[in-house]
Amino acid sequence: MERLLTVSGLSTEFRTERGVVKAVNNVSYHIDGGEILGIVGESGCGKSVSQLSLMQLVPSPPGRVVAGTAEFGGVDLLKYPRKSREMCSIRGREISMIFQEPMTSLNPAISIGSQMSEVLITHLDIGKSEALERSADMLSQVGIPDATKRLKDYPHQFSGGMRQRVMVAMAMLCTPKLIIADEATTALDATIQAQLLELLYKMVSEYKVALAMVTHNLGVVARYAQRINVMYAGRVVETGTVKEIWANPLHPYTEGLISCVPKLGEKLEAIRGMPPSLIDRPPTCPFLARCKYRQDPCYSEPVADLTYIDKGHATACNIKLKEAGLL
Amino acid sequence: MSEKGLASSSAATVAARMENNIVVQNLKMHFPIRRGLLRFKAGAVKAVDDVSFVIKPGETLGLVGESGCGKTTVGRCILRMYEPTSGSIVFDGKDITHESQSRLRSVRRNMAIIFQDPYSSIDPRMSAGSVVGEPLVIHNLTKSRQEYKDKVEELFVMTGLNPDMTDRYPHEFSGGQRQRMSIARALAGDPSLIVCDEPISALDVSMQAQILNLLQDMKERNKKMSYLFISHDLLAVQYISDRVVVMYLGRIVETAPSLEIFANTLHPYSQALLSAQPMPDPVAEEKRQRIVLEGDIPTPINPPSGCSFHPRCSRANKECSESTPTLRDVGGGHYVACHYAITA
Repeated sequence: MERLLTVSGLSTEFRTERGVVKAVNNVSYHIDGGEILGIVGESGCGKSVSQLSLMQLVPSPPGRVVAGTAEFGGVDLLKYPRKSREMCSIRGREISMIFQEPMTSLNPAISIGSQMSEVLITHLDIGKSEALERSADMLSQVGIPDATKRLKDYPHQFSGGMRQRVMVAMAMLCTPKLIIADEATTALDATIQAQLLELLYKMVSEYKVALAMVTHNLGVVARYAQRINVMYAGRVVETGTVKEIWANPLHPYTEGLISCVPKLGEKLEAIRGMPPSLIDRPPTCPFLARCKYRQDPCYSEPVADLTYIDKGHATACNIKLKEAGLL
Repeated sequence: MSEKGLASSSAATVAARMENNIVVQNLKMHFPIRRGLLRFKAGAVKAVDDVSFVIKPGETLGLVGESGCGKTTVGRCILRMYEPTSGSIVFDGKDITHESQSRLRSVRRNMAIIFQDPYSSIDPRMSAGSVVGEPLVIHNLTKSRQEYKDKVEELFVMTGLNPDMTDRYPHEFSGGQRQRMSIARALAGDPSLIVCDEPISALDVSMQAQILNLLQDMKERNKKMSYLFISHDLLAVQYISDRVVVMYLGRIVETAPSLEIFANTLHPYSQALLSAQPMPDPVAEEKRQRIVLEGDIPTPINPPSGCSFHPRCSRANKECSESTPTLRDVGGGHYVACHYAITA
């Protein structure tokens, strides 16, 4: 498939009273058409902020995209001002987003039908009755029974899982090229989460839409994603195909993440310590304090950029890169 | 000691009382719904409906289920934060079902709870040391100021917190550290039972593993202490529990030793729950059979007739909508409440 999105050198900062927080620090990655990319990491690692930066949705102030480009369909998304006509015609039309909390992303005072048809009317220049018809069709595709009737309902009349289905339908309305699902199923119960993930998977494969799945759940990524980006302290520390990364993790953080999932009969190996502060970070490896493989040079050398070791498998670990003769 | 045996024989009940840390029998907790000007009772939320189980000293019982299945309510009933509608709770040989709040005080020294959210379960205006030491003060467990200080520092060290930080305030601690504080507080009275109500759900993956290990280590120190580990994370439950209880809409649908229930899952709901848990292993994921349940969880105000799982069950037939299945012994301490679990 052809390259859909190429992000390079993306950096986003937040100015706070205590200093500048480098939430996203020189992040580069790409997504191909129709591909499912998992973006994993713990809270505060910059996985959401990197996605919000692309959509120009970072709250500003205090947030600001300070560097980088994001090439999508031949244009650089980061060049456009946040409220420009170009950006508005991309959001919801070319790239749509599904957020974690469906109750806060839907307007409680407007019926589902109006909220959905608004997307179509804004982007596709069609009449209200046709927009409603297409909304109902999409609602029934995501498994909401009695779709035409339910268009008149308000968000509170839907359960959590149903609301998230509405969000999926809304994201799919204009058949975008890319959907960003930011912890889309995290707030749901186990069996409902499974339903939603299957639905999302079915929809993106049917319409050949690329999906960026932002999550902290390694299981979700292992099941659905083809490639993953592992993020830590605002940086992508490892990227590769799911199978490669599980079979041969090239960054100690990834290895720690995989081994700290409970397995039967084995003593759990936790990653010691906690994530570092993102204010005034030294140029050394951010994982240094928690790393069990650290060596003396790690304390003085600046951390390496994400470098490809194999085809499609890259790491930002100084030790691994030295072993491979790349540093 | 089987759940059924407990109900039938009174001699066995007495024995069970003595040898178990906690014995819960036919526990029901219905919350009334009041409507209208005169607040007439319009119905009830059947949060817990006829639940029986025991926890032996030193045992970890995992309680799993989705939101609204009553797992938290069970935990809170055991601690007598609620007064049950009916049924009985025997804690360390003493019936505490209808004990008055003042008399519960002495019992509560031996039980503790760790809550899900480490941000709302700790008073932000108390120093970390006084949060952890509060049970010592309430139950008069230390004789002198120095002994109190030593004990608090010991608890800090035990749970992996820096003892120099006793004078700091909770906002200076991270989520994982706050959860360590909750654990230290729970351990202060040297309890025989700790109810862990989703203790790791609000934490990041790497912190979850640390807290699970800490809970395990604490049990190594005091082998008589038991846990009721309430969670929706099956991997964590599988890791920490000796026995597992699966609840659905206020009822127990399956219970078995941990190894058995994950190797030989019998109830269709437990099977679906297990299948819904994404396994962080791409190779195993490819081979795994996926069961995706239809529909939403029904409301416990008006649960479905018969087996409450039948509207979402693929095996359900006429009998399931008419009669409620009871827990049946399938051997090896494995009990399942399904008409067809064994024949299928």
